[in-house]
Amino acid sequence: MELVEAIILSVLAASTPLLIAATGELVTERSGVLNLGVEGMMIMGAACGFAGAWLTGSIVVGAICGIVAGTLMSLVFALMALGLAVNQVATGLALTILGIGLSGLIGAGFVGERITPAPHLYIPVLTDIPLVGRVLFGEDAFVYLSIALIVGVWWFLYQTRPGLILRACGDNHVSAHALGYPVLRIRTLAVMFGGACAGLAGAYLPLAYTPFFIPGMTAGRGWIALALVVFASWRPGRLVVGAYLFGAVTILQLHAQGWGVGIPSQFMSALPYLATVIVLVLLSRARTGGSTAPAALGTVFVPDR
Amino acid sequence: MQLVLEKRAERSNAIALVSPLIAIGLTIVTMTILFAILGKNPLLALQAYFIAPLTDGYSLQEIAVKATPLVMIAIGLSLCYLANAWNIGAEGQFLIGAVAGSWIAVKTQGTDAGAWVLPAMLLLGAIGGALYALIPAICKVKFGASEILTSLMLVYVADLFLDYLVRGPWRDPHGFNFPTTAEFDPVATVPVLIEGGRLHLGSIIALLVVAAAAVLLGRTIKGFEIRVVGAAPRAARFGGFNANQLIILTFAVSGALAGLAGIIEVAGPIGHLQPGISPGYGFTAIIVAFLGRLNPIGILIAGLFLALTFIGGEQAQIAMKIPLDVTKVFQGILLFYVLACDSLILYRFRLVFPNRQVTRGTG
Repeated sequence: MELVEAIILSVLAASTPLLIAATGELVTERSGVLNLGVEGMMIMGAACGFAGAWLTGSIVVGAICGIVAGTLMSLVFALMALGLAVNQVATGLALTILGIGLSGLIGAGFVGERITPAPHLYIPVLTDIPLVGRVLFGEDAFVYLSIALIVGVWWFLYQTRPGLILRACGDNHVSAHALGYPVLRIRTLAVMFGGACAGLAGAYLPLAYTPFFIPGMTAGRGWIALALVVFASWRPGRLVVGAYLFGAVTILQLHAQGWGVGIPSQFMSALPYLATVIVLVLLSRARTGGSTAPAALGTVFVPDR
Repeated sequence: MQLVLEKRAERSNAIALVSPLIAIGLTIVTMTILFAILGKNPLLALQAYFIAPLTDGYSLQEIAVKATPLVMIAIGLSLCYLANAWNIGAEGQFLIGAVAGSWIAVKTQGTDAGAWVLPAMLLLGAIGGALYALIPAICKVKFGASEILTSLMLVYVADLFLDYLVRGPWRDPHGFNFPTTAEFDPVATVPVLIEGGRLHLGSIIALLVVAAAAVLLGRTIKGFEIRVVGAAPRAARFGGFNANQLIILTFAVSGALAGLAGIIEVAGPIGHLQPGISPGYGFTAIIVAFLGRLNPIGILIAGLFLALTFIGGEQAQIAMKIPLDVTKVFQGILLFYVLACDSLILYRFRLVFPNRQVTRGTG
């Protein structure tokens, strides 16, 4: 029982950064913009988040620093991809390269330092319920925030008028423009939301997951978040399932390494990446009838006046 | 008053020519500011980065050695990008090429195998890289899976696989438990060009690759197909060009070149297989490809320039304690400026005054 509970807790912890980053990217992509720089924004969020928390001793300040860093990075992307109509794939790659370099520079002074990780909720009686108590009532704030975030995004996209307009921009920017909607401004906001989420997801890693910063600690999570959006067919509900599935794969391979099932550890570590490839193939294959991607995803839009 | 982007009637050839230079200039200005923020003398830092490596023979050779893998990988990537196929996993193909070629070196270690070893290693390295690149290409063509994500995921897999080999079956039994294979035999080593120097045969191969790519793109139907499929997919379909076939082809070629670069690096400057054989060549090559504007000669120049930043970065670290990450920041910023300046080939800025309404014909 103890072990099952521990596994569920660690799966939730491993899934949360994926879920937060993928939620942001989902909104960005729904507006028609493909920002491949999630990894770069995340690692900047991790470095700045840790720096903020270490300097002030406050997890909240750290999280805010992460969000600001991610948003600033996404603004660079918006300036290039939306303002200058540069190819979005290339710009996203540039953002990742820049983010990895900058985060190394910022984080260099903090390598080897530790902070007190984000506290876990504790409600007497409720948290003490065996098996489910700690899973439901004993998480850190980020876990609850990630769930609130995805529910909020679902509500925004499908239940509100601005959400409908955002999706219209993603499906047909020419029509949205013709109807008088400021396509580029809406997309910029969507990109910024994606950046803020990626920054927060990155900050989660040194603030709650491991209480220290190491360069390159995102280890491809930003790319997995991008794959998750495809996995989810750009729908918030499926995103939750996907994120927890991937978290489970990550944790199970770690436990399998611990149990010493005669498979070299490197093969187990490769599992989450291989799983991503396999899932992408299976899903894309199942979807031969027609793509569910936003129709204008990744295309350049320059309004003619 | 508002600044808006508008499409030019024709692409501007003048800007196409000077845009890489403007990009480099802007990057240097930005780096000057960054050095000042880091508390280093910007002039001395720039001197260490860009001038010092050009002043001694050893560094010049080292630049050519570093440029070799960059140029080879970038040439392959440029073919992909021209055909609108996004291979960003060259780093993984580089590693798998190194592993595949090293297999022969490890298996013939200490035997009296003849001169066939090195050519066989190079061939196998290229094949290994090509096969590894074909995985994302086939997933894309057959199943429609995003080649961007699959090729990138396979980088992590390749990295772990290499790590497994040098810590497990291929580890040098006399290597004091370090994760490395034994030093390759002389027949399994890429010969140096100047006795006692660093410059090796791989640089000549890289030049041949540049020449071959220039001929392919400029003088053959296949090269024309690649450019049309990328630039005008609809026209390409009317022309009967098979876009899927070109994705497979360009991925295979770029994988082969990355794999070849990998085995040359391992059998040349490094001399054995170990983790960390690449300081991110596969990713830096993306910058090289764009800075060289996807043109073989441009890529050659861009490759030498980025190699200079690697060497300059190392020298600046030794001489002025400037962190090595500055080089990555430099490369990232450079790519941004290159892309931004390239945008001005097709677009231009114009000031509009929304308040000044055009007077309608009222009178």
